[in-house]
Amino acid sequence: MPSLKDLKNRIESVKSTRKITKAMQMVAAAKLRRAQEAAEMSRPYTERFNAVVRKLAASVGDGENAPRLLAGTGSDKVQLLVVLTAERGLCGGFNANIAKLARAEAARLMAQGKTVKILTVGKKGRDALRRDFGAQFIEHVDLSEVKRIGYAEAQAIAANVLRRFDAGEFDVARIFYSRFENVVSQIPTMQQIIPADMGEAEAAAEAGDAGTVYDYEPDETAILADLLPRGVATQIFSALLENGASEQGARMSAMDNATRNAGEMIDKLTIEYNRSRQAVITNELIEIISGAEAL
Amino acid sequence: MAETVQFDLVSPERRLASLAAREVQIPGAAGDLTAMADHAPLITTLRPGMVRVTADGGTQEFIVTGGFAEISGAGVSVLAERAVPRADMTAETFKAMVDEATDRLAQARESQSGAAGIVDDAAKLLADMVAMGDEIGISAR
Repeated sequence: MPSLKDLKNRIESVKSTRKITKAMQMVAAAKLRRAQEAAEMSRPYTERFNAVVRKLAASVGDGENAPRLLAGTGSDKVQLLVVLTAERGLCGGFNANIAKLARAEAARLMAQGKTVKILTVGKKGRDALRRDFGAQFIEHVDLSEVKRIGYAEAQAIAANVLRRFDAGEFDVARIFYSRFENVVSQIPTMQQIIPADMGEAEAAAEAGDAGTVYDYEPDETAILADLLPRGVATQIFSALLENGASEQGARMSAMDNATRNAGEMIDKLTIEYNRSRQAVITNELIEIISGAEAL
Repeated sequence: MAETVQFDLVSPERRLASLAAREVQIPGAAGDLTAMADHAPLITTLRPGMVRVTADGGTQEFIVTGGFAEISGAGVSVLAERAVPRADMTAETFKAMVDEATDRLAQARESQSGAAGIVDDAAKLLADMVAMGDEIGISAR
C-alpha cells in the first residue's frame, strides 16, 4: 500500500504529463490546419497537371518512342521503394503503419525474386526499416531541418530518384505515404511513380475528353518528355503534403487519447488517495477511543 | 467591354491568380504568344519569362519558370513550377534562380553522357533566364 505522500506525488506527476500532452495536442491541431491548407493549395496544380499528362499519355500511347518514364524499362527486376514518414514520433500508429505497408510490399517483392532497394525520407521510417532491410538500404533523405515542406524539397527528392533511374539503378519506383482522410483516419498508401501509372488514362479518354483537339507546341512527345519528370516531383510533393497533414492528424488524436487517459488515471489515483486518507483517520480515531476506554 | 477569358495561374504551392482576363501573354517554349478569347486549344511548355495578364482592372505581371500552359475553350491555365508576382521579385531570388540554372548547365556539361541536347537545353534555360532579368531590370551579375 503506497503511502499518502507517494500517491500525492504520482498524482502531481500524471497531472504534469497531462499538461504536456494537452499542449502537444493543441500544437498539432494548429499545425494540422496549416498542413491541410497547404495540401488544399496544391490541389489545383496537381489535378490539372495530371489531367494534361493523362491526355498526352493517351494520345502518345505506348508506341516505341514513348518516353521511358511512361513505358518503363521493359523489366521489373529491380524495385525501388521510396518510404515517406515523419521526422518525429508521438503520433500514434502513423509511422508504424507506413513502415508496415512498406515492409509487407518489400517482403512480397523479395519472395518473387526481385531486387528491392529502399530509400527513406523521414527519420522514423529509416529507424523502423533499417533493422529488417539493412542490406536493401540505399539512401536516406533528411528533412529534419526543414520547417515547412516546400516544392523545392520534393524536387530534390525527385531529382535524386530520376538520377538513379537514368543510371539504370532500378526499373520500377513506388512511394509509400499516408493519405489524409480525416483527423481520425489516415490511410497508408502505395503509389507507383515510375513508370507513370496511367491506369485512368483510357478512362479519361473514353469519358468524352477527346472532344477538344489540342495543338501542341513543341510536339506531344517532347512535351510529355518534359512533363513526366516534373510529374514525379508533383506526385512526391503531394504525397509529402498528405503525409504532413496525416502526421499532425495522427498526433492530434494520439495526444487527445493520452490526455484522456491521464485524466482517468488522475481520477483513479485521487479516489485511492482519499480512501487511504480516510483509513488513516479511522485508524487514529480507533486508537484514541480504545485508549480512552482503557482508562 | 471586350470578351474575356478565364485565366488561372497555379504553382504547386498555391494559386496565384484566377480572374477574367482580356488577354494573356505567355512565354511559350517555341516563342511568345498571346491568348485571347476563342483561341485555338493549345498546350505548350514554358520557358522562363513573364506572363502578362491584361484585365479590365489593369495589367498584372508574373515571373514564371518551368511548367506549361493549357489554352482551351474553358480558359487559360498556366501551371508553373515557380511563379512570382513581378513586384515580389527581388535581386536575391533572381540570383538564386540564375545560380541554379548555371549549376544545371555545369552539370550537363560535366556528365557528357547524355546527348548534346541536354547541354543545349540547359544553356538555353540560362540564357532565357538572363534575358528575363534584363527585361525586368535585374542584372544577373
